[in-house]
Amino acid sequence: MKPAIRVENVVKTFGVGEARSFALKGASFEARFGELLMIVGPSGCGKTTLLSVVCGTLNFDSGRIEVFDHDLSAMSTGEITRFRCKNIGFIFQQFNLIPTLTAVENASVPLLLNGHGTRGAEKTAAALLDQVGLGGKIHSYPNQLSGGQQQRVAITRALAHDPRLVLCDEPTSSLDAATGKKTLELLKERALEPDRCVIIVTHDSRIYHYADRIVEMEDGHVIGIHEDPKNFHHA
Amino acid sequence: MLRIALKMLFRDRAKYAMLIGGLTFCSLLMGQQTSVFCGLMMWTTALVRNIGAQVWVMDAKAEQANEVVALRQIELDRVRSVPGVAWAVPLYVGIEQARLSDGSFQNIQLIGLDTGTFTGRPMRMTEGRIEDLRLPSAVIVDQVAVAKFHKKGITLKIGSVFEVNDKEARVVGICHVARSFLGQPYVYTTFDRAMEFARPQRKLLTFVLVEPLPGLSPEELSARINKLPGLRAVTLDQLFWETAIWYIKNTGIPISFGTVVILGIIVGIGVSGQTFYLFVHDNLRYLAAFKAMGARMPTLAAMVLLQAFFVGFVGYGLGMGLTAWFGSAVLRAEQPPFFMPWQIPVFVAAVILFICTFSAAIGLIKIARLEPAVVFR
Repeated sequence: MKPAIRVENVVKTFGVGEARSFALKGASFEARFGELLMIVGPSGCGKTTLLSVVCGTLNFDSGRIEVFDHDLSAMSTGEITRFRCKNIGFIFQQFNLIPTLTAVENASVPLLLNGHGTRGAEKTAAALLDQVGLGGKIHSYPNQLSGGQQQRVAITRALAHDPRLVLCDEPTSSLDAATGKKTLELLKERALEPDRCVIIVTHDSRIYHYADRIVEMEDGHVIGIHEDPKNFHHA
Repeated sequence: MLRIALKMLFRDRAKYAMLIGGLTFCSLLMGQQTSVFCGLMMWTTALVRNIGAQVWVMDAKAEQANEVVALRQIELDRVRSVPGVAWAVPLYVGIEQARLSDGSFQNIQLIGLDTGTFTGRPMRMTEGRIEDLRLPSAVIVDQVAVAKFHKKGITLKIGSVFEVNDKEARVVGICHVARSFLGQPYVYTTFDRAMEFARPQRKLLTFVLVEPLPGLSPEELSARINKLPGLRAVTLDQLFWETAIWYIKNTGIPISFGTVVILGIIVGIGVSGQTFYLFVHDNLRYLAAFKAMGARMPTLAAMVLLQAFFVGFVGYGLGMGLTAWFGSAVLRAEQPPFFMPWQIPVFVAAVILFICTFSAAIGLIKIARLEPAVVFR
């Protein structure tokens, strides 16, 4: 079976001349359909850069990235943006909920970007928020919600347009242990489908056991792919 | 997404209020000051508008309507001899002193109308009849005279008496006319009586008012009269603009008003531009999130432009509304001067449009340079 995502020997540098630094030094891995893959490693090892190039928000210097059979290096910026809009959902470390929008308005943004009408988008978002236990909070602003509730809104927003790939950047780093655990359980329950793939970038070892596989990174390289996350212990 | 853009704008109340306030103030400053300026320019042309003759003949060196350069009486006959003149009548305009019954003085602008035809008569009589000017010592005063005399404790009404150069003037009517630039009351009388009221001078004819024969344009007749040595003939429109432009060129009025208008524009750009930039800057992280989620630049540009033009539209509406409110209040009181031709709202709208476009452009440049990957940092 073809992988959902194939990353081959990807190199990404920042700066020029003597100031040039390598963020990715030939990283390679594959993500399968229906799996929750975690990319782990110490701070500065290139995890977030790898996530950024996989979703096309950052260009890479060399190598090859295929997402659902689409070669990102062969696509224009506009094509990548459209592809991202339709196929990728995001969960950010700081949630990035718009403070001046209510929970339901925040969650409806991906639907609006995909051409849905306001009323329909908010109806869908409200139903999804209800499913994650926020039915009574749909008109609350982010500052009226707890960290865990905000993350649930962020998860709802990431899944609202039914994307095939969900990318999460440190989804539990702003949460306490119990809330982080609940968030991962919710994410696994709602995001994982046979035709979908979830990639989580994290250095929170408390959640490693939720992964189906773990990609371990260090200094811009993928140094290991672990098929048995329960027995994985990062140094 | 446009609704989302508006919600983001409305709910950031502090910045929204500041943006609206800045643009309202800018619109008000520009609209009000340019309207007062235009009103002032209208005051300078009050005589031209009050008299309303089609062709005006004056001394060749006279530059504008309020510059009194007297002509010899014989010039009236010379003008009448020009082919194409239907009729020509004399007009006296001079500043005299009126002595009130309590002994105080008031400068007045004495208008001497052709005794036979009353050409140039006030259009609106509020009391009395124009024909009564034929009565002995008769004068008609305007609303400014009534107000100015009232301030001195004297109630002017039909039958009131005051002196002009030691000669009795009896009020037979009160009219309402455009007030003069210097605010002196207009006192109308006949040309012959004006000669008696005026201080003795060799020349006492100020203007010759001329009507062209049917089929002849005022411009053509003016050209014919201009061939007479020592005289200058202009149409009503020409005299209006020559007078207004003379004041623009020869007084500090445009610089004074222009400075305030420019300050309004600077305040508008400064306050609104900066606030809008801050608004965009504060939302950059979220705009980057939109970009990461797949919002394309045209969508984001439409959101930012809508926000900028919306505040511009509201600020312009409030500013021009306040200007109109100010205008209606001062028009009732007839001062300060206020005149808002259609060009002023268009000018203010253009400036506000420029400010909004400028503010939006700064934000858009920032957004265009924004890498969506910053949301992961």
